Amino acid sequence: MDFSSLSPIALIFSIMIAATPLLFAAIGELVVEKSGVLNLGVEGMMIFGAIAGFATAVETGSPVMGIVGGAVGGALISMIFAVLTQYFLTNQVATGLGLTMFGLGIAALIGQPYSGIKPPSFPAFEITFLTEKAIKLDPMIPVSILLVAAVAFFLNKTRAGLVLRAVGENHDAAHSLGYNVTTIRLLAIGFGGACAGVGGAYLSLIRVPQWTEGMTAGAGWIALAIVVFSSWRPWWAVVGAYLFGGITILQLNLQALNIPIQSQYMAMTPYIVTIIVLVIISADKLKASLNAPASLGRVFHKSG
Amino acid sequence: MNILKTLMATAAMAAGLTGAALADAKDKIKVGFVYVGPIGDFGWSYEHNEGRLAVEEALGDKVETTYVESVPEGPDAERVIRQMAQSGHDLIFTTSFGYMNPTNKVAAQFPDVKFEHATGFKRETPNVSTYGARFYEGRSVIGHIAGHMTKTNKIGYIASFPIPEVVRGINSAYLAASAVNPDVEFKIIWVSTWFDPGKEADAANALIEQGVDVIMQHTDSPAAMTIAEEKGIFAFGQASDMAQFGPNARLSSIIDDWAPYYIERSQAVLDGTWAEKDTWHGIKEGMVEIGSFSDKIPAEVQASAQAIADGIVAGTVHSFTGPVNKQDGSAWLAEGETADDGTLLGMNFYVEGIDGELPN
Repeated sequence: MDFSSLSPIALIFSIMIAATPLLFAAIGELVVEKSGVLNLGVEGMMIFGAIAGFATAVETGSPVMGIVGGAVGGALISMIFAVLTQYFLTNQVATGLGLTMFGLGIAALIGQPYSGIKPPSFPAFEITFLTEKAIKLDPMIPVSILLVAAVAFFLNKTRAGLVLRAVGENHDAAHSLGYNVTTIRLLAIGFGGACAGVGGAYLSLIRVPQWTEGMTAGAGWIALAIVVFSSWRPWWAVVGAYLFGGITILQLNLQALNIPIQSQYMAMTPYIVTIIVLVIISADKLKASLNAPASLGRVFHKSG
Repeated sequence: MNILKTLMATAAMAAGLTGAALADAKDKIKVGFVYVGPIGDFGWSYEHNEGRLAVEEALGDKVETTYVESVPEGPDAERVIRQMAQSGHDLIFTTSFGYMNPTNKVAAQFPDVKFEHATGFKRETPNVSTYGARFYEGRSVIGHIAGHMTKTNKIGYIASFPIPEVVRGINSAYLAASAVNPDVEFKIIWVSTWFDPGKEADAANALIEQGVDVIMQHTDSPAAMTIAEEKGIFAFGQASDMAQFGPNARLSSIIDDWAPYYIERSQAVLDGTWAEKDTWHGIKEGMVEIGSFSDKIPAEVQASAQAIADGIVAGTVHSFTGPVNKQDGSAWLAEGETADDGTLLGMNFYVEGIDGELPN
């Protein structure tokens, strides 16, 4: 086996590119779930963000505006979920699934004129240290890490973060203390939508870069798994996203190197690792129940 | 007694046949299509949908068509196909290999509905036909071009699932490429999906990282073409032309044209002449088309590639012509011998010269 042709630096950058859309979507959903809302519509918000971002970038000619467009698009579509679940008190699981289907459909509709168009290419830093070939690093990778740091700081070190967590742990108690549970959750859902939208726009503007219907191909569901994997701790979401992206990229590269391992095993590895970690996390029941927001998925009604 | 029995049986059959033929002619039919990806994939499902639109145009108000897209292969497919059968469809096209068992299962329960399964080989009841295209013929042409065009002698191949259809394409492309360039090496990545642009793009990047400068694919999205364009290497359109995704990268393409077949089979249901059959058409019948050659291909290579396509049409060239050994070195085709369709349809081995193990 010849590993010499595999540049470790290039490999790490490929992993980052694969992990970044997952990380954006996961960190957004983590905040949503911390506020006690389970939004299963991540896939729908991602794909909507992918086309919203793509369309914005094509129309304005600016890829940075594309990312902003993805965030706005994701936040807008998440408001459908927010209004239904927070004001009309619909079931969060069913509404989230509905949002996924709606997102996939509306994105396909909006995206029709954008098939086969090349988006403006994203500005990238050329990195030449440690490698002979220049490697392009797009600025969204460090942005995703900074975002995680900001979320971790917000949740653990700020008063607003404490309030958001309180709403997620016991919305009745938070309400009785005078906090507006519905507004706080609305903001959290909007943030989650924006993050998922950026993740989608990253996919259509940087990772692939093109618009194809259904191009998220399940990334939103993986992001949801990563949130559970991280047991709702922001930095562990980074570990989850990079682990998942890492194994996916690694197995593709190993195949290109002709390592004789059955591709089916490699394809299922990320999922197996996720399951194993979930089992390990849930082995300690007390810890698992302490980590999950206690009001997750429960409907809040003021009179209740 | 025996004679009487035979006579009665024959009479009954004859009556049945005429009755069926008369009853089967229809004024208007409803035709359903099940797609594995979105119709906007600009690849496999897109071309099937073009076929559906052609049926609508050709048969006008004598036909109503419906479709369901992005149907996963598996239990969900059975549900979708059954729903179509229940909702009054006369003819249902199921357009992915993985729909084979669900199609046959539902067909057994709806003997009055006609089913057409793409790229499969199971026809368990008389209301199931199978059809496929000899994509491997196209692979010979683009493999030939790839063998000439690679400078690193490394050709990348993004494969989906290790089914005969895909294995056949790899073998055919390799034989054609190595015939013109004995140093050529195939790097094959199995992505275990038909459609996942992100993963297909990652696979293309991994191949380029390994020094590949020409990419072929047997997956459904133009992601690899986009990456090839970005990285300045070559690629081929798959199922659709994909020219708009790689104006510089695209060398040629294999285009699926299902329209004539779909029109013919829909017409047969209208006329009441539809019967179970297996269809496997290639370049000659037009089901497989070779897209225009890029001007980046030298004129003499364009000519020799065209000669292969013309030879296949004329019947003088076969993609699998001996001597060819299997990967393990055992003899498969003797000098001048060509592969029979049975072996090709069940192909589950690499030919000699391809590195790597075929997933099972």
